[in-house]
Amino acid sequence: MSGLESPAARTLAPVATPIVRGASRARAARSADAIEAARLALLRDLQLAFRKRSQLIQPLAFFAMVTLLFPLAVSPELSRLRELAPGVLWVGALLASLLALEFLFRDDAYDGTLEQYALSGQPLTALMFAKTLAHWLLTGLPLALMAPLAALSLGVGPAALPGIVAAVAIGSVTLSLIGSIGASLTLGIKRSGALLSLLTLPLSLPVLIFGARATQLAIHGAPYGAPLELLGALAVLGITLAPFAAAAAVRISLE
Amino acid sequence: MAWTWFHRLASPPHVYALAARLTPWFAWPAALCIAAGLWGGLVLAPPDYQQGDGFRILYVHAPSAWMSLMVYMTMAIAAAIGLIWRMKVAHAVAASCAPIGASFTFAALVTGALWGEPMWGTYWEWDPRLTSELVLLFLYLGYMGLRAGIEDPQRADRASAVLAIVGVVNVPIIHYSVTWWNSLHQAPSVMRLAKPAMPFAMVAPLLLMLLGFTLLFVALLLTRLRSEVLARERSASWIREVVSA
Repeated sequence: MSGLESPAARTLAPVATPIVRGASRARAARSADAIEAARLALLRDLQLAFRKRSQLIQPLAFFAMVTLLFPLAVSPELSRLRELAPGVLWVGALLASLLALEFLFRDDAYDGTLEQYALSGQPLTALMFAKTLAHWLLTGLPLALMAPLAALSLGVGPAALPGIVAAVAIGSVTLSLIGSIGASLTLGIKRSGALLSLLTLPLSLPVLIFGARATQLAIHGAPYGAPLELLGALAVLGITLAPFAAAAAVRISLE
Repeated sequence: MAWTWFHRLASPPHVYALAARLTPWFAWPAALCIAAGLWGGLVLAPPDYQQGDGFRILYVHAPSAWMSLMVYMTMAIAAAIGLIWRMKVAHAVAASCAPIGASFTFAALVTGALWGEPMWGTYWEWDPRLTSELVLLFLYLGYMGLRAGIEDPQRADRASAVLAIVGVVNVPIIHYSVTWWNSLHQAPSVMRLAKPAMPFAMVAPLLLMLLGFTLLFVALLLTRLRSEVLARERSASWIREVVSA
């Protein structure tokens, strides 16, 4: 017993502490590097996206088109459209987000950027998270900001709009994260559009359910906190797990 | 030393021979259990006091639904083993699981729909269990689609393994969210089986069928695994000996 607590251990202790401190400092420097790399990757993606504005607008125009289809296909009566609004908004947002997934990794896979990322020595998980965040900023957030317009056109009262914006904004985070897994898994497959939707849509169902529920409650003027919190929980779960899966999938595609 | 049997599982010729030797040990008990279970379920079990003879489809439906989930778990565990330890045979197991699981899922959906028509008055009810079973079918189809879409076999193995693992995380979330969604949207109009009051004559055949379907799955898996290994190792020299023998 006392042999373990020998003077040797005690003399080692002061020596050991600086080593540990040095290691933790190195680790801190490494994670600071990783955050910086992720920030640069995010900025790069945003800059590239703003140079190709038509690609930015496409998902939004698609969302508007889908919303337009329903009054034409079902009925122009606002009272009926109001009942359909949660479904229309969420199916539209889901499909628009899916449509935009194609841009997420495709160009970077073609021109070798993803390979450079994988070889850069920075954690690929952080870089994938940055790319996914860029995707959300470029599609999820604009969709959330556009959702009130679509909602108003479907006869939803203005009181429901904050809830709808919050639901679409939070839910689309998870959609982008699930999409990043699907997009990275289908890298290198030609004409992967149908496969991509087959992979991502089943996984997105919980978002659709809770998102549409929150929207419906908001439209009816009821408290919509509970489904919104569940959407938040899904987003947190996605943020913690999805970048790892996406990074693993990208590495596999580069093998 | 004690792990030699496990390490030998990584060798395709060994697995091929082992699967061939084990298949009858699962196939015959499966046939016996299913035959006995069907006899017990279709002939010996008394008719249900509410559903009459209609409930007997349960003896195919419930084991299929049970297997659809169990095969998915087997597939995901095999995929994870293959991904972590780079074990080719484990990937072959996962690849062999997918079509079997999709078939069980399809069988569960079809029998569920056929059961629903006389009992609920409709072939399709957006019941949470039916809905999540349908989603499971799509997960299987996506898995097989991804595997078929990637030409390089090793990349196909590893990419589909990631998908299988992602699916495992999602299956419970999907299941509970669908249940929750359903409890809000649908009035409890659906007639349910009187659960606790199932007499022994009804339960025993069901358990036999569950056991029989599980054994059937193993026998099918071993058979598919052999052809999968043959296809993957087609350029290896041991194949020539097997084929010429």
